[in-house]
Amino acid sequence: MTTANALTQSFRSGIQRALRSELVASLTTPHGVDRYLETLNPAWAVHATRARVTAVRRQTDDTVTLTLRPNDNWAGFRPGQYVRLSIDIAGRRCTRCFSPANSAHAADGEIEITARVNDTGTLTRHLRDHARVGTVVTLSAAEGAFALPGSRPDRILLISGGSGITPVMAMLRTLCDEGHRGRITFLHYARSPGMQLYRDELAAIAAAHPNVELLLAYTDDDSGALQGRFDRRQLARAVPDYRKATTFVCGPAGLMERVEATWEAEGIADRLNAERFTAAPMPRDDSAEGEVRFSHSERVATNDGGTLLDQAEAAGLRPEAGCRMGICHSCTCRKTSGRVRDTRSGAISDAGEEEIQICVSVPVGTVALDL
Amino acid sequence: MTHTRKLTEQDYATIGAEFDAIRNRVLADLGSRDADYIRGLIKRQRQLEITGRGLMMLPVTWLPGVAALSVSKILDNMEIGHNVMHGQYDWMGDPAVHSKHFDWDTADTAENWKHTHNYEHHTFTNVLGKDHDIGYGLLRMSEDQPWEPRFLFNAPLAVILHLFFQHFVAVQNLKLEDYLVYGTKSRKQLAKEFKPVWKKMRKQLAKDYALFPALAGPFAPLVLLGNVAANATRNVWACAVIFNGHFPEEVEQFDPSVIDNETRGHWYVRQLLGSANFEGGRLMHIMSGNLSFQIEHHLFPDLPAHRYAEIAPEVRAICERHGLPYNTGPFVRQVASTWKRILRLSLPGGRGKRTADHATPPVHAPAPLADAA
Repeated sequence: MTTANALTQSFRSGIQRALRSELVASLTTPHGVDRYLETLNPAWAVHATRARVTAVRRQTDDTVTLTLRPNDNWAGFRPGQYVRLSIDIAGRRCTRCFSPANSAHAADGEIEITARVNDTGTLTRHLRDHARVGTVVTLSAAEGAFALPGSRPDRILLISGGSGITPVMAMLRTLCDEGHRGRITFLHYARSPGMQLYRDELAAIAAAHPNVELLLAYTDDDSGALQGRFDRRQLARAVPDYRKATTFVCGPAGLMERVEATWEAEGIADRLNAERFTAAPMPRDDSAEGEVRFSHSERVATNDGGTLLDQAEAAGLRPEAGCRMGICHSCTCRKTSGRVRDTRSGAISDAGEEEIQICVSVPVGTVALDL
Repeated sequence: MTHTRKLTEQDYATIGAEFDAIRNRVLADLGSRDADYIRGLIKRQRQLEITGRGLMMLPVTWLPGVAALSVSKILDNMEIGHNVMHGQYDWMGDPAVHSKHFDWDTADTAENWKHTHNYEHHTFTNVLGKDHDIGYGLLRMSEDQPWEPRFLFNAPLAVILHLFFQHFVAVQNLKLEDYLVYGTKSRKQLAKEFKPVWKKMRKQLAKDYALFPALAGPFAPLVLLGNVAANATRNVWACAVIFNGHFPEEVEQFDPSVIDNETRGHWYVRQLLGSANFEGGRLMHIMSGNLSFQIEHHLFPDLPAHRYAEIAPEVRAICERHGLPYNTGPFVRQVASTWKRILRLSLPGGRGKRTADHATPPVHAPAPLADAA
């Protein structure tokens, strides 16, 4: 059995080496080998990372948890990092960031993500309603500096709120798989036990690992170890040695602000690592506000309400442009965050990453461009 | 201009609003149907390509192999490449069908083509001295191009342009005539501009004329010949379709002065007067990249081309309402009309039926873009 497996493995890697070769690249120019492979099977690729959904479950009413089996191009992740997951919805590719919640050492090589579904989230709603076993999604490589350092700290405090639990869940699971000896406190805020993610998994981990202390806080009921929202007194009582710990926090804006303020007041902000995922709010009206950030050239301009092309030129940049009326697509450039209004249709874009025509796009609030 | 003389500014504004309404309606309706269409077509094209390249390696299946590869190259360049690189599917957000990332199976680089085609040709359609597609610097295709002795060879040069179309298009952005005929471009400048073109050309030549023949072992000459045939078939077809779009006799060319302060409505009308359709079945439309709907394509260059057939009746109705021509005819008739123009303009003069009211001062063809306006 193992010989057969080894043979299959070496056959697979042989095929992959061949497909990645210069010769195959020359034969498939200009499209590249992946464009031919995907006509045979949507998950096949030698360059792109794609993953197939192998399980879908609902931990709570407003979340969906997917297990994904990535293809061989997945290079793994450091616990705490996120991936950009893309899926086509009504013909449009939608991309959102998710932090895997699984252990970095998961034997099956699968990735687990949990998404909270909100009413304005096109992608999360789609995952809840349409993700099935067999659905194929595209993944980026893992990204982000919010991650466990290579040499694991001795004393670790993990604080999370709501669906912000996923990156710290990955940290906890990874540390337990590694047989980490240092003390770990897992402080999690949820509205109520029914709204809490990973309840059974956390209980099982705490029972099996004496060095893991599980502190659950419910803001809407009294059944947790802690009551109410995070504050300094509550923290000092529950985790008296928090100043000595390397702390990771991920959660809603309110929680993040209070935690950061506490650490700053103590002068120990360097021991705090924070990750925030907050979608840009829908704009209130058309008034020009915010700023335009040109990330590539490291310039910032105050949004003057003109098209992004005009504003880029006013900032001294010379982006490629042609017709200036939205037909030639020469000026297409990547927006990394923020919303824009199409001057032709008045439609307001999503807040996520996408390619836009800057000659017919006006920023609505702060926008970052890869220019 | 005869057609447009009677239109008032108010008419132009109405026409602009009517075409904008069609555009916005289609944009709002884009979705899975369009995504499935283009992905389905790409899948079919890749299958045809693999099949064609395989079949060509054996003498018995050589001919069907050449046919499959020819069709594959035509689909890749026209309904897929041309349209994807117009940004028709940019809204999908998929790099595989995005104008920024797509490259096509032809000698021309995507970057150069997007400049001469999407920007110059589509923004300044049929404006002499600004739209290089008027004759490709090789032919005399407009009455307003001053006659030169080299245009005596208009017809044989047009045949050569058809046969080697991919390479002529590949060097179009270099504006070779500026170096060879007018001497307004230096050799150094030309060499610099040729570098990226040669990089792409080399890869294409190596693939079709060295690597795939080599894979066929003893049948290498067969594959080489097959690839030459497939490229030539694609060249002639693509060139004929494109000529049909702008050079039948009734299609107008314009003086550079028309683009000064041109409104959206005026722009739409110029696109309309400068383009011609040809008729055919569904297969004809797909194989021509829906450039059989050249008029609709020029009005809405970044709407998915498979939608043109659906909006054509409305476009035609707008034309009729405002007394504007809607130039269309059978494929063969448009080809004949185009060749009539090629022959007529090989001789000096050739103003023919055009009247003095749109005779304009001759424009020096190689005028640099910035100066022409």
